[in-house]
Amino acid sequence: MAEQKKLGFFESLKAGLEKTRNTITEKIDEALKMFQTVDEELFEELEEILITSDIGVNTAMEIIEKLRETVKERKISDSSEVKAFLKEIISTMLKADVQHLQTEGNPAIVMVIGVNGVGKTTSIGKIAYQLKQQGKRVLLAAGDTFRAAAIDQLQVWGDRVGVEVIKHHEGADPAAVIFDAVQAAKSRNVDVLICDTAGRLHTKKNLMEELKKIFRIINNEIPDSSREVLLVLDATTGQNAVQQAKVFSEAAEISGIVLTKLDGTAKGGIVVAIKAEQNIPVKLIGVGEGIEDLQAFNPNDFVDALFDA
Amino acid sequence: MIFESLASKLQETFKKLKGKGKLTEKDIKAAMREVRLALLEADVNFKVVKDFVKTVSEKAVGAEVLESLTPGQHVIKIVNDELTALMGSTQSKIAFAPKPPTVLMLVGLQGAGKTTAAGKLSGLLRKQGKKPLLVACDIYRPAAIKQLQVVGGQLDVPVFTMGDKKNPVDIAKAALEHADAAGHDLIIIDTAGRLHINEELMDELKNVKNAVRPSEILLVVDAMTGQDAVNVAESFNEKLGIDGVIVTKLDGDTRGGAALSVRAVTGKPIKFAGMGEKLSDMEPFYPDRMASRILGMGDVLSLIDKAQEAFDEKKALEMERKLRTQQFTFDDFLDQLEQMKNMGPLSQVLDMMPGVNAKMLKNVDIDDKQLDHVEAIIKSMTKVERVNPSIINSSRKRRIANGSGTRVQDVNNLLKQFEQMKRTMKQFSNPKKMKKGKMKFPFM
Repeated sequence: MAEQKKLGFFESLKAGLEKTRNTITEKIDEALKMFQTVDEELFEELEEILITSDIGVNTAMEIIEKLRETVKERKISDSSEVKAFLKEIISTMLKADVQHLQTEGNPAIVMVIGVNGVGKTTSIGKIAYQLKQQGKRVLLAAGDTFRAAAIDQLQVWGDRVGVEVIKHHEGADPAAVIFDAVQAAKSRNVDVLICDTAGRLHTKKNLMEELKKIFRIINNEIPDSSREVLLVLDATTGQNAVQQAKVFSEAAEISGIVLTKLDGTAKGGIVVAIKAEQNIPVKLIGVGEGIEDLQAFNPNDFVDALFDA
Repeated sequence: MIFESLASKLQETFKKLKGKGKLTEKDIKAAMREVRLALLEADVNFKVVKDFVKTVSEKAVGAEVLESLTPGQHVIKIVNDELTALMGSTQSKIAFAPKPPTVLMLVGLQGAGKTTAAGKLSGLLRKQGKKPLLVACDIYRPAAIKQLQVVGGQLDVPVFTMGDKKNPVDIAKAALEHADAAGHDLIIIDTAGRLHINEELMDELKNVKNAVRPSEILLVVDAMTGQDAVNVAESFNEKLGIDGVIVTKLDGDTRGGAALSVRAVTGKPIKFAGMGEKLSDMEPFYPDRMASRILGMGDVLSLIDKAQEAFDEKKALEMERKLRTQQFTFDDFLDQLEQMKNMGPLSQVLDMMPGVNAKMLKNVDIDDKQLDHVEAIIKSMTKVERVNPSIINSSRKRRIANGSGTRVQDVNNLLKQFEQMKRTMKQFSNPKKMKKGKMKFPFM
C-alpha cells in the first residue's frame, strides 16, 4: 500500500513535470510551426522559381533541401536573407572549377557540338570575332556538311569576321573536312582552329559515331594540341539538355557549355542541373543576335537573373 | 532514360492498396505527387501541371475502380484520359482556303526548325495533291534563303526569293502575285526566327500577316523546349493569333511536355510533328500518342483500354461458367491467346495484367514466338482433341508436332501446363479472384 502511495507520488510528480514539459514543447512546437508555415510557403515559392527556370525537379528539391538545412543551422528568420542564401548556394555550385575558354596552343582546337538549332554556327562566328579582336589568327572548319546551306552560313560569318573557312561541299565526309582544316591550321601557323559540326540529336547512334570519328582524326593528327569541346545548349531547352550533355559526353570530353539565346525569357536553369550532375561548367553565354553578343559566363549575374521576375 | 516510367511508379505507390472499390483522397494524393513529378520532368509547364493535377484529383477521388484494373492502373487511365483530352482528342488538319491559294505562315523562335518544317510540309501536302510554293522571308539569318532553296531543290518544290535586301512584307506580297500567275494553290511562307519579346520583329510579322492574310499561322516549337514554352506560345498567339502548332525534333528522347504546355495556354491544336533528319520525316500529330509519351508509358496505356475490352463482363461470366463446369478447353485457350496477341507484345501485356509483378518481369525475356508455337500446336489438334485432350496419345502427339513444326516434347509441355492451369483455375470459384490470382500461362 505504502509503495503504491509512493509510486503514486512519484507518478503524480512525473505527470506534473510532464505537463510542464508538454506545455513548453507545445509552445516551442507552435512557434516552430508558425515559423515553419511561413517558411514552408517561402520554400515552396522558391522551389517554384527554380522549377520554372528549368533547373529540374530533382535538382530543385536538392537545392531547397540544402537551403532548409542552412536556414535551420543559422536560424534565419528573414525571408530576404533566405533568398540570398539560396542564390549563394546556386552560384557556389556554378563557380566550382570554372575556367575560361582555353585558346593557348599551337594551334588550339575549339570543337563546337550540339543538337540541331541551338546556335552552333552563330556562336562560332561570335567566338571567332572575339579571338580576332584579341589579335589571334583564327581558322574555321565547315564541319556541318549535312544541313542545307550550313556551309554558306559559316562562310558568311567568316567573311564578316574576316577569317578563312576550310570547307568541302554539302554531303562531304565531315571527318575529311576536319582533317584538311587541321593540316591547314598547322601549315598556316594558325592560333585557333574552330570546328563547326552538324547538329545532331544525341539519340542518333550513327551520327554520334560520326562525331567520334572526327575526334579520332584530331587526336591522330594533332595529339598534343590544347582542346576545347564546347557543347552548345539553347537556353529554352528543358530537361532533355541533361540527357544531351550525358550522351555527348560519351562521344567527347566536353570542357564547357555555351548557353545561347539567353536574351529571351528563358532562364537556362538546366545548366545548374548539368553542373550538379556532370560537373560541366558554362563558359560562354549568347545574349543576342549581334556579333558582340557573346559573353563570358558570370555565375552571380546568372543567378540574379534566375530570380528576376 | 533517367526516370522510371510513371506506370511502374504508380504501381509501386498502390502496392499496399490491395482491395478495390473507391479511390480515397489519400490514395490520390500519393499518386498525384508522382504524376506531378513525371509531368514536370517531362517539361510540362509548372502552372499547367498545377491545374492539371487539380482537375485529375477531382475526377479521381471517389471514382469506382474498374473491375479489370488495379487502382494504380485506374489512376493512370484517368490521367491519360485527361491528358489526351487536354492535348485535343482528334488529329487536326490544315484548313485549306475555300478559294485558293491557301497561305500558310510559319513563325517561331530561332532554331526551332522553321525552314526544315516548311520544306517537309510542302512535300507532305504536295502528296495530297497540292501545288506548293515556298517563300523565303528570312532575310536576317545568314544563308537562310539558300537553305530554303536547297531544301526546295531536294524536294523539287519551287522557292520564291527576292534576296535579303527586300522587306519581308514586300517579298510575301510579291510571292502571292507570283503564285497566282504560276498556278500554285498552296503558299508556305518561311519567316525569320525571332524572340517573342522583340517588338520590332513581332510587328514585322504582324505586317506580313496583314499584307497576305494567311489561311493559317503555324507556330513551330522545338519539342525539347522547357518551361519557357508557355511564354513563347502565349506571346506569339497574343500578337499574331496562331491557328496551329508544328512540333519539331520529336525523334529525340525528349518527353515533349512543351507540346502540352503550348496546347494548354493557346488552346490551338498541334497539327504536325517533325520526326527526323529526312525531308519526308514529318507526320500528322496524334494527341493520344503524345499523351502517353509525356507520361513515359509508351503503348502501355492503350493496353489498359484493350485489357478492359478483352476482359469484358460477358466473357468473364462465360469463363466462370466454363471453369465451374470444368469445360475450359483448348479452344477457349486459343481464344484467349488471340485476344492477348491483339493487345501487343506479350511482355507489355503481361506487365499490365493485374497480379503480374512488373519488376519480376524485367528479367524475364518473353518471346512472342513462343506464343506462336503454342498457337500452332493447338491449331494442329483436331476439334475433339481440343475439347478432350486426354485422348492425345503418342501417335497423336507426333502428328500434332509434325503439323505445327514443333517437337513432341513441346506438345507434351503444353499439355502438361494446360492441365496445371486448369487445376489452378479450378481453385477459384469466381472470375474476380481468378483475375487477381497468379495465373500461370503455359508459355511462361
